[in-house]
Amino acid sequence: MSEMTKIVKTTANILFPLTMIFGLYVIAHGHLTPGGGFQGGAIVASGCALLLVAYGSPWVFDRIKEKRLAAFESMGAIGFIVVALLGLVFSAVFFGNFLAGSGGLFGTTPATGSTLADFNTGGVLPLMNFAVGVKVIAGLFVIVLVMAYASSIKEWRS
Amino acid sequence: MEKRTIAAAVAFTVVAVFFLFSIFLIHPFGRPGQVPMDDHIIQHTQNETGTNNAVTSVVFDYRGFDTLGEATILFSAVAGVLLIFRRVKS
Amino acid sequence: MIEYIPYITVVAMIFIGLYAVLFRRNLIKIVIGISIIESGVNLFLVILGYREGGVAPIYTSLPPGTTYPGEMVLPVPQALTLTSIVIGVAVLALMLSLVMHIYRKYGTLDVRKIRRLKE
Repeated sequence: MSEMTKIVKTTANILFPLTMIFGLYVIAHGHLTPGGGFQGGAIVASGCALLLVAYGSPWVFDRIKEKRLAAFESMGAIGFIVVALLGLVFSAVFFGNFLAGSGGLFGTTPATGSTLADFNTGGVLPLMNFAVGVKVIAGLFVIVLVMAYASSIKEWRS
Repeated sequence: MEKRTIAAAVAFTVVAVFFLFSIFLIHPFGRPGQVPMDDHIIQHTQNETGTNNAVTSVVFDYRGFDTLGEATILFSAVAGVLLIFRRVKS
Repeated sequence: MIEYIPYITVVAMIFIGLYAVLFRRNLIKIVIGISIIESGVNLFLVILGYREGGVAPIYTSLPPGTTYPGEMVLPVPQALTLTSIVIGVAVLALMLSLVMHIYRKYGTLDVRKIRRLKE
């Protein structure tokens, strides 16, 4: 797909940072408000798809190869499994929550009932939210990029 | 009409009759009855998990193994798409 | 009878998707029919966990005066629906890649012509 006019490019320049900040906010506050890793990752991936439509897929593909994005997604998956195995090391249960109620990094326990939002709670959940968010962003972006680039060149030798 | 269209119409009617007769065996909308597992999860989320969100604690803490399987599915989908559209340097 | 209307909506969605899979000739319309069936199944999962007059199961700033396990909606069906939506996205991506590959090889998207061109 080829690139679009200057009006569309300027609108995409303004809208993409706002979408990315909103998506990262939904990922980071997954343990306090509705949201989490999968939902925030889908929001940021739709912002990246807007960038792909406005600038044309050969321009984006020359700057971001798909091998780097696939490596990025694998790092997210490895981070998720490392956090689960750390739960096995520290509390003898796979996926054990070893940070909840310990007073360390994310350790305070909220009071029972309706409270205000405290970011320091949650145990091991915010770390898992970040890992899954990175994985979903990279995975959805690479699927859309490869399919858009493959439909724009004339012949694909395989 | 071909034989294929007649066979598809018969199968469609049989599935339709089965579905319409089995709607009335589910509990009425809005009154699920006795749910001890969900009551335990709602009451003990803030003590055991330390978070305010019950849905995220079910996805990542009480049923984290299903999320591991879902991450594997996402990875295999990306691997399949990259495999179909690969370029062989001749 | 009026308490079963959401289930009738789910069955109608599944019928529309099944009709598009069985009786249409274009490959893209068949893929759209499969996606409609998946949307119907996700709606059924969410409908199963509703309590009358309930609020979302989140403790941050509840509306004042709600009792906790008696008036909150069940959280487990919502968590299972999340997994189901992600699986639907993965299957849809693979299906569309295969449709693109078929079009590049055969030149047409008609299912009855592709069945006969065996080479």
